[in-house]
Amino acid sequence: MTVPLGAFIAVSAVLFFLGAGGVLVRRNAVVILMCVELMLNASNLALVAFSRRAGQLGAGNPLDQRGSVFVVFVLVIAAAEVAVGLAIILAAYRNRPTVNVDELHEMKG
Amino acid sequence: MIHNVWLIPAFPLAAFLINALFGRRWLKRWTGPLASLSIAASALVAIGVFLEVRSGAERTIVPLYTFISVGAFHANVAALVDPLSSAMLLVVTVISFLIHVYAIGYMAHDHGFWRFFSWFPLFVFAMLILVLGDNYLVMFVGWEGVGLCSYLLIGFWFERPEPAGAAKKAFVMNRIGDWGFMIGMITTFLVFGSMNFVDVFERVAKDPPAQGVLSLICLAFFLGATGKSAQLPLYSWLPDAMEGPTPVSALIHAATMVTAGVYLVARSTPLFAAAGPVLAGVGGVGALTAIFAATIALVQVDIKRVMAYSTVSQLGYMFLALGAGAPIAAMFHLITHAFFKALLFLGSGSVIHGIGGVQDMRRMGGLRSKMPLTYWTMVIAGGALAALPPLAGFWSKDEILGSAFKNGYPILWVVGVFTGGLTAFYVTRAIWLTFHGQPRDRQLFEHAHESPRVMTWPLLALAVGSALVGFIGFPPDNGFLHSFLRPALEAGAAQQAIPPEASNWLEFLAFAAISTAVGVGGILLGLSMYSRGRPDPAAVSRAAGPYYDVLVNKYYVDEIYDRRFVGVAKAFAGAAWAFDIHIIDGLVNRLGWAIKLAGGGLRRAQTGIVGNYALSVVAGLLLIMVVYGGYATGWLRR
Repeated sequence: MTVPLGAFIAVSAVLFFLGAGGVLVRRNAVVILMCVELMLNASNLALVAFSRRAGQLGAGNPLDQRGSVFVVFVLVIAAAEVAVGLAIILAAYRNRPTVNVDELHEMKG
Repeated sequence: MIHNVWLIPAFPLAAFLINALFGRRWLKRWTGPLASLSIAASALVAIGVFLEVRSGAERTIVPLYTFISVGAFHANVAALVDPLSSAMLLVVTVISFLIHVYAIGYMAHDHGFWRFFSWFPLFVFAMLILVLGDNYLVMFVGWEGVGLCSYLLIGFWFERPEPAGAAKKAFVMNRIGDWGFMIGMITTFLVFGSMNFVDVFERVAKDPPAQGVLSLICLAFFLGATGKSAQLPLYSWLPDAMEGPTPVSALIHAATMVTAGVYLVARSTPLFAAAGPVLAGVGGVGALTAIFAATIALVQVDIKRVMAYSTVSQLGYMFLALGAGAPIAAMFHLITHAFFKALLFLGSGSVIHGIGGVQDMRRMGGLRSKMPLTYWTMVIAGGALAALPPLAGFWSKDEILGSAFKNGYPILWVVGVFTGGLTAFYVTRAIWLTFHGQPRDRQLFEHAHESPRVMTWPLLALAVGSALVGFIGFPPDNGFLHSFLRPALEAGAAQQAIPPEASNWLEFLAFAAISTAVGVGGILLGLSMYSRGRPDPAAVSRAAGPYYDVLVNKYYVDEIYDRRFVGVAKAFAGAAWAFDIHIIDGLVNRLGWAIKLAGGGLRRAQTGIVGNYALSVVAGLLLIMVVYGGYATGWLRR
């Protein structure tokens, strides 16, 4: 039995908007970072699904999984992003003991 | 040697660069000797060039590089070496060298020593470029350079308001003349298709343009000459230029700058000779300036101002000679004048230096015993200025007056002879008030001292020159100078009756007797007035009443200029300023203000809250998705 492409995309879309909603509504910087991860992984899922689909359609080698390579890039970038993001949060926390992004508004113009 | 002629301006330029770059920090007192040495080197090369030209070298053009080449217009930086320019080179470098040496002593206590000796050689450099250029454009470069350097040097003590003002005045007046030069230069190019002296003069000889065009060119050039050479109506900057240090006055008045106008007209002799009426006008302006300035010099009390008006007057003689069709006589007088006027200025400077900066002759007197060397050299220079035989001025001035008479300008001759009497009187007065009689300021007199050797040696050298240089024009009308310059000034000689080949001794003696008698009369009057008080100068000035006042106030020319021209110019400048402030600046300010306002509005978008930014990112994403989706499905396409 094969899962249809639409199912993958639906799951991916749900995950993505859950993540996006989290980024918008949560106040805790760490949680926002986690939500960003969620969005990234949603897009990973979509990428893998489309890659598999492209192989099935028979445009060349059925083992061609080039689309999946992007997932690896996204994972690497996600790791880097978390490192930088957590470092920023840590630095901000040292300056003033909060991780609430609404209280960190020194950049107001 | 001729092909190395570019070395002549190169040395002063090098001295300028070195002194300007390293003078303040490292060279300090050495800038003076360095500058003097560079001029000495130039003088040596100039002597070499002169000897080569004398031994028969033809007119040579030494190209250096192409300055401008646009379409049909080509201007080379090239040197024109002919008798005229080689003689000028010699005079300029030798006199400038002596003045440089003198200035080492004169400026010794000035804190701007290095600055002075940066600009001094630059001045000489500009003058040499002016003399050497083989076309009007290069000449104009030197012309402007001389104007700039005069501005810098007249305003050397710019901390005081008077020198700064005098420098500005000199610059502005010169600019008016420069405008004339430019008009002349451009018209020359339009008419002849070239600015090279050689090409232009050839064209004039072969097929001259319409008389009107030629007259316009000559008038424009003459306007330039009146600016640089301080003739009516643009003379009044020169007396004010006395605010500069005395060596500067000497350099401006003797070797450089003011001779530029005479040189320009002498160089353009073929042009002027073809435009007859203008040439006569040149002579008229010269004669008028000569007598005008001489009368002012009669009553001045500042020793340097007497000399300044004397320079204006003597330059008038040179233009008189040019106008009377005797360019050789004009050049002759230029050379002799360079010697004795440099000496008069350096002598005055020596006096001023010796009594601590006082220039008012009413506070001097009796200085002969304190400064014998200065006194005797000044007497020689004064004699030369008063045209006493056999000193330098006698030969050249007599030749000018003789040619004026013989070429059919008896009025110019009368004016010249009369001015000669005035000249003799005022120079006697100046020397008497300074060196003879009782000291009128005891304190100054006690502290007076002869100048150091570095200043008196140039005086001696110039005194020898002032006494002997006249003999280059001996025998009259047929001396060495005449045969030397004649090839260069031949075009003028062809149409105007240049003096005959052979000296006419009887004629010469008659003219000499008349002008010398007038000169001696002036001297005797001066002596009797100031030594014995017969007639008493004070009584004379009282009797002259309003006429005396007019002279003391220099014919109110400065006041008239102030009201007529400076006022108008200032009003115009004020209007321009208002336009600039309100319209130009207003526009820019309004624009800035509008942008500031817009920025102020946009600033509110920058809340500093991350959530808001994230929201806008998501909103943007949704927008893209809707638009893209709309296009992809055809909903937005239609």
